[in-house]
Amino acid sequence: MAEEVVLLDFWASMFGMRTRIALEEKRVTYDYRAEDLWNKSSLLLEMNPVHKKIPVLIHNGKPVCESLIQIEYIDETWPDKNSLLPSDPYKRAHAKFWADFIDKKVNVTARRIWAAKGEEQEAAKEFIEILKTLESELGDKKYFGDETFGYVDIALIGFYSWFGVYEKFGNISIESECSKLIAWAKRCLDRESVAKTLPESEKVATFVSDCRKKLGLE
Amino acid sequence: MASSDVKLIGAWASPFVMRPRIALNLKSVPYEFLQETFGSKSELLLKSNPVHKKIPVLLHADKPVCESNIIVEYIDDTWSSSGPSILPSDPYDRAMARFWAAYIDEKWFVALRSFLKAGGEEEKKAVIAQLEEGNAFLEKAFIDCSKGKPFFNGDNIGYLDIALGCFLAWLRVTELAVSHKILDEAKTPSLSKWAENFCNDPAVKPVMPETAKLAEFAKKIFS
Repeated sequence: MAEEVVLLDFWASMFGMRTRIALEEKRVTYDYRAEDLWNKSSLLLEMNPVHKKIPVLIHNGKPVCESLIQIEYIDETWPDKNSLLPSDPYKRAHAKFWADFIDKKVNVTARRIWAAKGEEQEAAKEFIEILKTLESELGDKKYFGDETFGYVDIALIGFYSWFGVYEKFGNISIESECSKLIAWAKRCLDRESVAKTLPESEKVATFVSDCRKKLGLE
Repeated sequence: MASSDVKLIGAWASPFVMRPRIALNLKSVPYEFLQETFGSKSELLLKSNPVHKKIPVLLHADKPVCESNIIVEYIDDTWSSSGPSILPSDPYDRAMARFWAAYIDEKWFVALRSFLKAGGEEEKKAVIAQLEEGNAFLEKAFIDCSKGKPFFNGDNIGYLDIALGCFLAWLRVTELAVSHKILDEAKTPSLSKWAENFCNDPAVKPVMPETAKLAEFAKKIFS
């Protein structure tokens, strides 16, 4: 049976970026379908009735939702190239712990920097603390996965394209607070899958400006 | 492996702690249960889970594994040749189990917990509506995942059964406290039957708190 892989996504979503990077790492050919988040398609609503969110990975007609779950699914379905998760159970649990930490902490706090009036400074401070925790976990490793680019790197790297936004509205310098993390991000950008996927910071900045107008913040 | 090799930091009343306990039972892995005192956190807990400072924490040869669902997967991966498989083998089925487990934690349980804290009638109505929608999703998920068998995982309890089943004692306590049937056989017949089967499973029975004891505990902590 011919493989049919469809991804419902939005270019600026750091969650969608995870799935795109994973698919690229595995050299999986897929049909990218851009969603308008202000006017969601009937396919999206049908494929993700519970959350109605992107990204949605549709493999031979069957949907897989939630970006981290998609990365694991991709790793298990196309196991031949570039393992994304470690094979050792302890290392795997460790990777999942940190990806879960990223999901629980990063976006929730980062959003408050640009999407909530009056919370920018406090949120920015918390955000830097979260990044410092991650930087401490990275240590002197090349990637979170040590020598191999993988699950935790993929979980975090998309946010790098949004750093300019957080710096602007939070009045912070991520480079001066977390230089090791910035160095890690640049190493990730050397990978084709990441370079192809991450949007330009300026484009994200314009998009955020539009969002803020829609939210009545500008 | 010696039982001193496996320790679990937890508490009898915590549904999250119940998850790895059920998993260890399924794999027949003996372990030392280190109970935390409610209201304080031991040095060992703070050292083993410095990021979240929460239970459960599994210590395997002194190496910590945190986050209940992650611990369950670790147990399945580590003792893979012992007992039944906790996660399904097919990648799509695994993705479904993980999806619903995440939904349960992020939406369903949050709604259940807020029921106990809900103030006025309006707030209670909103929570009931959320839970009913959630139950309807889970009823359908059960039918899809179980494929006619008694559990989400098929013939034996597995990852998703554990992820949801751990909340059944708290569900009963909440139903009593708010005088409202949250899991209704009329609305979700399959899920209700599953709940009964889950509670009777030999890996679950020893670690499921008694409703009366839990209700008393709930009164204490919510007063």
